[in-house]
Amino acid sequence: MTMLVQFIQRAVMQGVPLLFGSTGEILTEKSGHLNLGIPGIMYVGAISGVIGSFFYEDKVGAANINPFLAVLIPILTSILGSLVMGLIYCFLTVTLRANQNVTGLALTTFGVGFGNFFGGSLIKISGSDMPAITLSATSKCFKTTLPFANSLGVVGKLLFSYSFLAYVAIIIAIIASYVLNHTRTGLHLRAVGENPATADAAGINVNRYKYVTTIIGSIIAGLGGLYYVMDYASGIWSNGGFGDRGWLAVAIVIFAIWRPNMAIPASILFGGLFIVYNYVSIPGMGIEAQELFKMLPYIVTLVVLIITSMREKRESQPPQSLGLSYFREER
Amino acid sequence: MAEVPAIELKNITKTFGPIVANKDVCLTANRGEILSILGENGSGKTTLMNMISGIYYPDHGQIFIDGKEVEIKSPKDAFGYKIGMIHQHFKLVDIFTATENIVLGLKDQGRYNLKKSAAKIKAIADLYGFVLDPNKKIYDMSVSEKQTVEIIKVLYRGADILILDEPTAVLTPQETRRLFSVLRRMKADGKTIIIITHKLNEVMEISDRVSVLRKGEYIGTVNTKETNESALTEMMVGKKIELNIERSDPKDTEDRLIVAGLNCKNREGVQVLDNVSFTAKSGEILGVAGIAGSGQRELLEAIAGLQRLESGSIIYNNPKTKEQENLRNKTPIQIRDLGVRLSFVPEDRLGMGLVGNMDLTDNMMLRSYKKGKTVFLERSKPKELAEQIVEDLEVVTPSISTPVRRLSGGNVQKVLVGREIAAAPTVFMAAYPVRGLDINSSYLIYNLLNQQKEKGVSVIFVGEDLDVLIALCDRIVVLSSGKVTGIVEARDTTKEEVGLLMTKTFGNEEEGGEE
Amino acid sequence: MLGFHVVKRSKDAMPWWNAWLIRLGSILIGALVCALVTVLLTGKDPVNVFTTMVDGAFGSERRIWALLQGIAMLLCVSIAVTPAFKMRFWNIGAEGQALMGGLASAACMMFIGDRLPNWLMLIVMAVTSMLAGAIWGVIPALFKARWNTNETLFTLMMNYIAIQIVSYFICIYATGGSGKIDVLNATTHTGWMPSIGGKAYLLNVIVVLILTVIMYVYLKYSKQGYEIAVVGESENTAKYIGIDVRKVIIRTMIISGLLCGLAGFLLVSGADHTISRDTIAGRGFTAIMVSWLAKFNPLVMILTSFLLVFFEKGSSQVSQLCGLNASFSDIITGIIIFFIIGSEFFINFKIMKNEKEVKKS
Repeated sequence: MTMLVQFIQRAVMQGVPLLFGSTGEILTEKSGHLNLGIPGIMYVGAISGVIGSFFYEDKVGAANINPFLAVLIPILTSILGSLVMGLIYCFLTVTLRANQNVTGLALTTFGVGFGNFFGGSLIKISGSDMPAITLSATSKCFKTTLPFANSLGVVGKLLFSYSFLAYVAIIIAIIASYVLNHTRTGLHLRAVGENPATADAAGINVNRYKYVTTIIGSIIAGLGGLYYVMDYASGIWSNGGFGDRGWLAVAIVIFAIWRPNMAIPASILFGGLFIVYNYVSIPGMGIEAQELFKMLPYIVTLVVLIITSMREKRESQPPQSLGLSYFREER
Repeated sequence: MAEVPAIELKNITKTFGPIVANKDVCLTANRGEILSILGENGSGKTTLMNMISGIYYPDHGQIFIDGKEVEIKSPKDAFGYKIGMIHQHFKLVDIFTATENIVLGLKDQGRYNLKKSAAKIKAIADLYGFVLDPNKKIYDMSVSEKQTVEIIKVLYRGADILILDEPTAVLTPQETRRLFSVLRRMKADGKTIIIITHKLNEVMEISDRVSVLRKGEYIGTVNTKETNESALTEMMVGKKIELNIERSDPKDTEDRLIVAGLNCKNREGVQVLDNVSFTAKSGEILGVAGIAGSGQRELLEAIAGLQRLESGSIIYNNPKTKEQENLRNKTPIQIRDLGVRLSFVPEDRLGMGLVGNMDLTDNMMLRSYKKGKTVFLERSKPKELAEQIVEDLEVVTPSISTPVRRLSGGNVQKVLVGREIAAAPTVFMAAYPVRGLDINSSYLIYNLLNQQKEKGVSVIFVGEDLDVLIALCDRIVVLSSGKVTGIVEARDTTKEEVGLLMTKTFGNEEEGGEE
Repeated sequence: MLGFHVVKRSKDAMPWWNAWLIRLGSILIGALVCALVTVLLTGKDPVNVFTTMVDGAFGSERRIWALLQGIAMLLCVSIAVTPAFKMRFWNIGAEGQALMGGLASAACMMFIGDRLPNWLMLIVMAVTSMLAGAIWGVIPALFKARWNTNETLFTLMMNYIAIQIVSYFICIYATGGSGKIDVLNATTHTGWMPSIGGKAYLLNVIVVLILTVIMYVYLKYSKQGYEIAVVGESENTAKYIGIDVRKVIIRTMIISGLLCGLAGFLLVSGADHTISRDTIAGRGFTAIMVSWLAKFNPLVMILTSFLLVFFEKGSSQVSQLCGLNASFSDIITGIIIFFIIGSEFFINFKIMKNEKEVKKS
């Protein structure tokens, strides 16, 4: 029982960065842009937060930090970093109508490089003998949980034991879902992603929608990176530690069939699949079985992708103009 | 009654480069009136209406709404003057419901509430007698339902002046009747309705007045009650123009292609070919006339092996082997492997007949690239062919290694027709081969078709200009809504006769007694 | 609108030299920005930075060979993805296809050992690698052809499945607790690409150069290459002339996968002599950019892959010398690519003054 509770808790914690990432990507894709730069953006979101907090801790000393500022500063620098990444992507794909796949992949190369470069540089500045930066003080502020969570038994542990960013992720996903399906803005956004020419004819500013959504999507995804380093990794940045989570977030978009509310259980499920090898032992299978378990999220995603394409249900298809640049032909 | 017209156009002129689409057009439409704009394809009807709805801006002329001069620069301006246009190509998001499509783009209308909007839509629908489920998704809808959504979209935005571009082109007779009864109710409600059309019977049935355009020029306006179909046809087609197309008499004709009972449905499930039968003979030019979208494209594609048929047969008499082959539902490759030499100049030249980004030589190979036994392409013969076509047909191009997309429309067509003729066909099909071409290029194409005919090829020519069809062809098959309404001898027929056949609908005949 | 509007160039396309001039200009501006970034980070003067880069790429015979090997490997994967892209099939799964090829090679080296003469061994490895790559490539193609399943997302997922399979393999056969597989057949050199005249990478380079020429010829002069071009340009035209579009998609992805597998073989047999998750090192993704920047022309890809590898090697030298992190080269590569991608806009579109607005005012 404790084992199960612990497993679920860990799965949720694994799932939160994925949820941020996939919510951001869903919004972006709804505007018709397949942003393969999301993994890079998540790296940048993480390292920007680390940079902010590193210099804040450095200035006032780890012992004297103001908990409020210690949380606010990394969040702001993280947002700034992801915002710039989103802007680069938008400028190239929306304004200059560049190929989205190539731009996205270049952005990921750039973002991962950016993260590891500044990560490495900070490690050097800090003079640490470990290849990592430790921001335990800041992390502690991020990890503050509700005081009564542990006194509520299993329910408390399962529902209330997470840090605030985890709830932010869920709230953002719910809001995104609501905006997409129940507001005029969401309707316009979906129209832009489905059929930009029709949206344009209806008087919707297609490029503005694409810009704003893609940038908001980037910021949300970047927060996923921040959560990973500040909370999940307890404030320890090590180069490459974030791994392939960005691509897993892209996979969840498909699995959740482009619905942010579906991304919540999907992220937790994927988080669980990511760590299930720690909890399951199959007789006759050694430690190597871990690696096969880690394959599960991708296989599950493929199955969903195949089934949705076979069923041809219109609601579960990718946005129709996904990946295509829009250009209003002049007469 | 000297009422102020709802909309008045004075001396509107619009040119696109050297082409004059509208010249000094004057029009008026009153409240509570249905005005038809009648004209052949390319007579400038749609361009004119696009200027009212803000898509184009006129070069000269004035527009008055309720007596006041206005400037309409964008669709938004047009909405401001309560003008709404229903285009031929619907602008709808497939996975949205009717309601979502109707409210799309509207701002500042209080809280977003689809239920309330749906109720309002229902109210509009009930007021005018539309049948529409506001919560139905567009992809589940028939063409007629989609059109209903477009009309309600305009009404929902409070339009008082509605412009419908060929609204019945895509409808069945039953749907047309339903649309007309809705339009009458809107008229009774005081709306101004302008219908662009080229179907005479509908003009007579629905409109109060008719304005006629011909080749971009305004011919005149008549009250429907005071006119008849033949008078309108004369206004529309004008005096017969003598064209200098030489026409020899067919010699040694034999039945080459026997088309019998073709039925075909398009993706929306609309019957686009309805029991089509005719015979194409060698050594003659068989014209196919009909208003746009009457099944011409599907007919040619079915023969070429690109369109699946529900039923019917396409029998080819092979002149060499004297054998008969049924081409129905065969692929282009299978047809060729049967030894059928079929050439096809499709309507969509750069999207189907040629590859825009490839040069002349590579485009020459499209049909024949598989020739030769090696895995490599044989480019020397296509290159010679390209050079020969450039020389014979006077194609204006920097070189034969220029991508065809960069050539002008006339030259693109010469390249395509040249290639198809070079295949030494026994059946030669061309869809609108002179569309967008200047006079000289057009005559060159006519001469090429005549040469083919004299060589004993069976030529099938789909055209839109009745003068050309009558002057060039030997016989003309007339299509209307996918049905053959007549096969006439071109030498004996008149434009009026063909024009009437083109607009003849069976629905009308069957239910002629009604209303 | 600020008095300007954008028009697509279709009839009045730029002459090719003008387009290349724009691309060259964008690379120069990109390089300038990179220099600026480097100067800001290192405080060195730009000329010094540039000479360091050249030194890093060409400074010694060893570096030149490393550069050539880098170009050859990137070029090989780029050649592999090109036929698919030319068909407008967005295969971003080259990473996985090549990795499966590499895995097949490593498995051969491990299990066959020195039971075969080396020449035969190399052939067996090459063939199994190509098969493995082809299988990995054809799976998404089958689904695309049958159900129009989105190939971008499909191939992306296949990458990570391949990576996990390799991880599984490594887990089982890792040496001791290192979590890595040691250099295979280190003493016997079975399954190692033979070095020619003492040059370990020469054979790799030659093989890839031959492949490049073959691919150029295949795309430009073969019937199949022509079919690929027609399908990529317009499916409607392909149907009009009776090309079986599904067949072409499947066949082309088999070819693409075969070559990716071969790249994996070359990396394992010709360079690493072992397998790891990072054997392909992101080349599957970089190759997409190489191929796209070269407008899918294999010969031009020699140039574009040189460009990217030069910047990578050069900037890693800068970072080493200035004590910067090795990821510095990723940033530089990213910036350069951004500029080249952006420049395409000025080739495909024309910016015009808004005459209408001028007239009215």
